[in-house]
Amino acid sequence: MIEGQNQGGDEAYQDLCRRYQAQVGKGRAHSDEMMAQDGTIKPVWEPFFRHLSSLSPEEKSLRFTRGNQYLHDAGVLYRQYDETLSSEREWPLSPIPVVLSEEEWQEISTALVERADLLEYVLQDFYRDNDLVRSGQLPATLLSQNPAWLRPMVGASSRGETLLNSIAFEIGRGPDGKWWVISDLIEAPSTAGFAIENRIAMGRVFPNFFGNAMIHRIADFFNDLQQNLLDLRGRAEGEIALLSPGPMNQNYAEHAYMARYLGLLLVEGEDLIVLNGQAMVRTVAGPKPISLLWNRLPSSMFDPLELDPTSMLGAPGLAQALRDGSLKTVNMIGAGVLETRALMAFLPKIARARLGQGLAMSNIATWWCGQDKQRDHVIANSPRMMVGDAFSTTPLMADPKTISLGEGGQGAEQIAEMLRSSARNLVGQEAVTLSSTPVWEGGELVPRPMCLRISLGRTRNGWTVMPGGYARISAGDDAKALAMQRGGKVADVWVTSNTRIQSSRVLTQNDRAVSSSSAQSILPSRAADNLFWVGRYVERCEGNMRLFRAYYARISEGADHSDVLLEYMRSALMDDVKPRAGDIAQRFADPLVRGMQAASRISDRFSPDGMMALRDLVEQVERLERRRVPLDEISAEISSLLRQVTGFAGLVHENMYRSDGWRFLSLGTSLERAANMCAVLSACTPEAVPAGGLNLALEIGDSVVSHRARFQVWANKASVIDLLALDPRNPRSVRYHVSRAKEHIARLTLDGAGHVLTEVARLVLQTETKLASCRPQEAKPEFLEEIRLDIQAISNALNKDYLA
Amino acid sequence: MKYKIRLTITHEYNQSAANSRHLISVVPKFIANRQQLSSHILEVFPEPDTRAQVTDFYGNTQVFCTLREFHSEMSIRLNCHVEVMPPLAWFDLSPSVSELRHSWQTSRDLGADSPLHYLGPTRRLVQDAAIGWFAQEVFDHGASTAANVINIGRALHDAMTFDSSATTVDTDASEAFALRRGVCQDFSHIMILALQSLGIPAGYVSGYLRTLPPEGGVKLEGADAMHAWVRAWCGPQQGWIEYDPTNATLVGTDHIVVGYGRDYSDVSPVRGQLRSSGGQKNAQAVDVAIIG
Repeated sequence: MIEGQNQGGDEAYQDLCRRYQAQVGKGRAHSDEMMAQDGTIKPVWEPFFRHLSSLSPEEKSLRFTRGNQYLHDAGVLYRQYDETLSSEREWPLSPIPVVLSEEEWQEISTALVERADLLEYVLQDFYRDNDLVRSGQLPATLLSQNPAWLRPMVGASSRGETLLNSIAFEIGRGPDGKWWVISDLIEAPSTAGFAIENRIAMGRVFPNFFGNAMIHRIADFFNDLQQNLLDLRGRAEGEIALLSPGPMNQNYAEHAYMARYLGLLLVEGEDLIVLNGQAMVRTVAGPKPISLLWNRLPSSMFDPLELDPTSMLGAPGLAQALRDGSLKTVNMIGAGVLETRALMAFLPKIARARLGQGLAMSNIATWWCGQDKQRDHVIANSPRMMVGDAFSTTPLMADPKTISLGEGGQGAEQIAEMLRSSARNLVGQEAVTLSSTPVWEGGELVPRPMCLRISLGRTRNGWTVMPGGYARISAGDDAKALAMQRGGKVADVWVTSNTRIQSSRVLTQNDRAVSSSSAQSILPSRAADNLFWVGRYVERCEGNMRLFRAYYARISEGADHSDVLLEYMRSALMDDVKPRAGDIAQRFADPLVRGMQAASRISDRFSPDGMMALRDLVEQVERLERRRVPLDEISAEISSLLRQVTGFAGLVHENMYRSDGWRFLSLGTSLERAANMCAVLSACTPEAVPAGGLNLALEIGDSVVSHRARFQVWANKASVIDLLALDPRNPRSVRYHVSRAKEHIARLTLDGAGHVLTEVARLVLQTETKLASCRPQEAKPEFLEEIRLDIQAISNALNKDYLA
Repeated sequence: MKYKIRLTITHEYNQSAANSRHLISVVPKFIANRQQLSSHILEVFPEPDTRAQVTDFYGNTQVFCTLREFHSEMSIRLNCHVEVMPPLAWFDLSPSVSELRHSWQTSRDLGADSPLHYLGPTRRLVQDAAIGWFAQEVFDHGASTAANVINIGRALHDAMTFDSSATTVDTDASEAFALRRGVCQDFSHIMILALQSLGIPAGYVSGYLRTLPPEGGVKLEGADAMHAWVRAWCGPQQGWIEYDPTNATLVGTDHIVVGYGRDYSDVSPVRGQLRSSGGQKNAQAVDVAIIG
């Protein structure tokens, strides 16, 4: 794009510009990020806007879909909470970025670094000397009555230690064009991971634009972040892990992503245990030490013993490990106290006292009603005020409990009374309006209020600011409803560069040989357990699909639900299911959903392709349930689903690294298949079974062809049992899978076991021997039932030895 | 007064537990010029794998211990000798409640004994309208803070019935107050909320009570288990006073302090949840004998 060419513009450019101008005119924001007051596009947006206007409506829609498809495939989701239930939602990316100039960015960065340093100073004081209170710069009750000030952490850190290492800020543009800090995001700020995903998705939306545009890359930020984590661990020998509240948390997808991206172990509270003062992660090979936790729990949940006793998320003893110095966290446990709303009323003064001047970027004007002068100001200016809980850490403008004094019918007297009676618990904040930025809605560009979320990370040389980040965009025109939980959008933030950016690639594949190797080689017991169940559930789904197909193959050949063999199938093999397609289909849909749930609990260890395949499968099954499928097409439909399930199994076995994790998944598959085959055989081989039982067994065992190849005879009891129970070369047989399980178990290591066989190894060896020494004609239903119970015992022992 | 204290706490689990971790607060506190611990033995069964004695934010003695192996029963035994010095003659130096409020509002002290920690709310103790009304009814503007504390404690004692079957350790103060029934923990929690509603800083005290009354006296309620009472801040001159609402008495030499906290959860005798808890039975036995 050559400068100067912009002003003339073609028709599409002018048209898009005019239409947006009309929309901006209708909006309630004080100004727009893209459009100047005179209706022209601001220079920094010009190249992008020109590119956008050059796309036809079809091209736009195609590209926007592509971005969403990427996010969907990558599993970028967030969890949304309603009154009672939570559900996963697609990540609401707005495909129109927010563009900022390098000069403006520089100012923002400098101001935020200054604020980060101030917050570090304040936090150090809160948990050590309390000079700010002693000198009267901060009212004492803002700490003593603050639930976020954690007494067990007072004096816990050593001098010189940095307490803040990864924080974020939310800023918005005020009417005078200056930026304001809306909130300080100290405790588990979720920003960085989503920012990468946004950026990759945007690369898909505007591929040919990105190549030449001079936009700052954000990947370096993550290299710095990783280096800092390694520095913080220092010479300690333990692992670095990211501690997540788990899959029910709205930001779990980000936690899994960051752990995978940075090569960290992803753990939950139940993975952790403190032994002899050392935090450990419970793994399949015994406990392994942890030296640094990147904590994503609310601080008060970190240790149920000393902090919130109702917490199910942390682990008892962690607080003591912190005080002992054997464990470090990013950020410090208790740092969330900095998010207290009322603190914003005092930071400007604290800054002046410390820096000799005001902060380069102010925070939203805030008054704590616990002081008479401040409270009177709130009362006097009530039409412009929002009022809320002084100790809450949710930004006022994003909190549904906030009272806007300007609106609503509250009389001045009532307001004054409320402010008097519970003054110490209230803050007032000036209601600010935000600037707007364009989003694409219903084929139009429309302006929506927005604020920016910007991440900062500490490096050896001080704070570094991610050049970009993400913008949060309001769902409607109301600048107060910013929370994404209520239907807002997010957008990528582009900081343009005046010089050409070195590489045009969004992410560089940096050399991360340091820590990823160890994070992958350590398998937490909980992760192993989930992998095991993914294996079991997917196999259970496949088995039940085969039963379903065999059943409906007979129906479509004219048999009735009351057919003797079909009735027998339902009672002996299908848990007395009602003779309805929906009920029978439920028998494979349920395990599939459970498998999916287990997989999503360990999405950091699962290839994105595997997750995608599983998610597709669940969707297809759901679609099948909604559709009415003609009888004669049912078995064809199921065959197609079956191909996908086996495709998934193939994908896992072809692509998964031969780690302990793979072994547990594979063990799940083998034990489930072996047990199910025992059940099928003991149901289909007794004398009393209706005619066709043996063929049914071969069909369910997918061994019709193998049988024909091995035996020159019609299926008889001995041949079927030989092939499906005892043959070590048939990958459908019981013996094959028991032997495979034995090999996996032999390869699992357990600290301190020595040469003595573990219980599970002993059991699997005994079972294999029984099968190997059994003659086909001796394998009665009782024998098969015994083997089935053996397999159950193996599964239980595996659990006890490695997973508990 | 010198005491010999014996305490046994047993926890029986329905499902045996492994890797449990506990924080034990049963050892009497050292309080200068008032209470001195001359010797103590604290035993935990089964023998803990690790054990450490620490001092918490409030200056209480706590013992951490971990039990790695599976166990279905845990018991704690304390044997100790404590000397309790007689209090100074009672003399009310406390200001009016409104002066008291001004005094803590201008305080800049965040030390362990600062009244500022005891203004509420806590996770467990949140202001309750009914308790607030109760306090208002008893409150006397003209009287000193200490007199108000004593009056409220006595009024509460008269309004409540001691009943160990009405509540559990998890019962809310508001619920116990609605029932007008409870044990020392409930009495204390309610009194703390009542005092805080007036702006009087108040905290929770856990401890022991002498088992047998002095000759001719009445046996005190709550002497068979660990006991609880209330401390209230009565201004810079008077400092903290302690009042036992369960027995309607100011605390003297019959009470032995274990810990100070904002509510029960800061000083509960045995903390530590079990990951796979299937339910448990707890028992406590206390004997506080005078040895001189």
